Amino acid sequence: MKKFSVKTIVAIGIGAALFFVLGRFVSIPSPVPNTTINVQYGLLAFMAVVYGPIAGALIGLIGHALIDFSFGWGIWWSWVLASAAFGALMGIAGTTRKLRNEIGKETILPFNVSQVICHILAWGAIAPALDIAIYQEPMEKLFAQGLMAGVGNAVTTAIVGTLLCVAYAAAKPKAGSLNKED
Amino acid sequence: MTNLFNYIDRPSPIHRLTGASKLFCLILWSLAAMSGFHTPLLIALTLASVMLFKLSKIRVKDISFMLGATMIFLVLNNLLIYLFSPEHGVEIYGSRTVLLEGFGRYTLTAEQLFYHLNVVLKYTCTIPIVLLFVCTTDPSEFAASLNRVGVSYRISYAVALALRYIPDIQREYHDIALAQQARGVEMSKKARLTDRLRSVSKILIPLILSSMERIDTISNAMELRGFGKNPKRSWYSGRPFTRGDMAAMAVCVALMVLSLLLTVLNGSRFFNPFI
Repeated sequence: MKKFSVKTIVAIGIGAALFFVLGRFVSIPSPVPNTTINVQYGLLAFMAVVYGPIAGALIGLIGHALIDFSFGWGIWWSWVLASAAFGALMGIAGTTRKLRNEIGKETILPFNVSQVICHILAWGAIAPALDIAIYQEPMEKLFAQGLMAGVGNAVTTAIVGTLLCVAYAAAKPKAGSLNKED
Repeated sequence: MTNLFNYIDRPSPIHRLTGASKLFCLILWSLAAMSGFHTPLLIALTLASVMLFKLSKIRVKDISFMLGATMIFLVLNNLLIYLFSPEHGVEIYGSRTVLLEGFGRYTLTAEQLFYHLNVVLKYTCTIPIVLLFVCTTDPSEFAASLNRVGVSYRISYAVALALRYIPDIQREYHDIALAQQARGVEMSKKARLTDRLRSVSKILIPLILSSMERIDTISNAMELRGFGKNPKRSWYSGRPFTRGDMAAMAVCVALMVLSLLLTVLNGSRFFNPFI
């Protein structure tokens, strides 16, 4: 097994704890009954971009699995895996599009384009495919569900994730940000 | 706040099993239930899981909240399936026995009802086992168990860290929320949806930025103590396997094999009473 850096391991642990707290206790009821707006995907997208695909996948996997376990329905593995896939895809997007090192105002557009694509892949393809494999549920229902979840998550990621990226860029000192005084 | 995962400590044979063997059994049990639609097996698994539940001395009262939430999801899920595809059972089982003519395409067929029965059984044979696992496994033993069932100890340690820091982050979230409310950020139901989303971000940004500092501190501390240097590590809450653990794991392996055998012998994943 590939060795992770200690920092990645800690980022996975703390990231999953954050994902859990946001998903379990910070729920904003949406206009549609029985669905809540999931703020935690904004966090996941951001963490995946900063710490890479492996961290993203494991934060999604552990965080989502812990939420399911704490509610007592540890059976929706298809959705847990879709969360993990979203984290991984977002991490890959962060690495290939070079978002990580120059995160900030200039990367808002590529960040949002990638997160929308990753949400579509995760909830429109991976989650329904796994549900069909496990439960043989009808396609129409799964895609309707996936569409709802995907659109909701993409909107919150756009708001929360973008704000996080901008705030992070402002908080992090940039290389060469010091000027020599005359 | 301390008992997030509803661990209930009571003396019972299930509690005495190590976390590792319970996790192993949980995984195999759900795989056995997920892999096929063999109705008699699913019924047997449901009955067995209810009996195991009795054995663990966990009362229905202890888990009524979790059970209720799960039931609502189960009902909603079935309703959605019927709404979107009232003839799904007909497609799967390849025959059509109309029981009741309804409106438009919403007829009631025996095949559809049988398919719904299978979906419900699939859930009912795993839900008690998951609840059993959650209620009888000490969360701090959970990470040690993950390592025991073959997950790399680095990832297991990440899970341990997550469990360790959930209460801290929860407390911090609460503190920041109160501080922001004192500054006049409206978060109650009175605010509009978009405003509430924005005010949530006002909590999230300080919370996440301070968590990132925390990541640096913890990883420095771990590095100083030489974490990740050796290929193996020991766990404070790890326990050696007993005879009971071996027996439980053997039973679950047998179940998995049985489920696969049934699928192979039957020639399909579906048990079809309509032929």
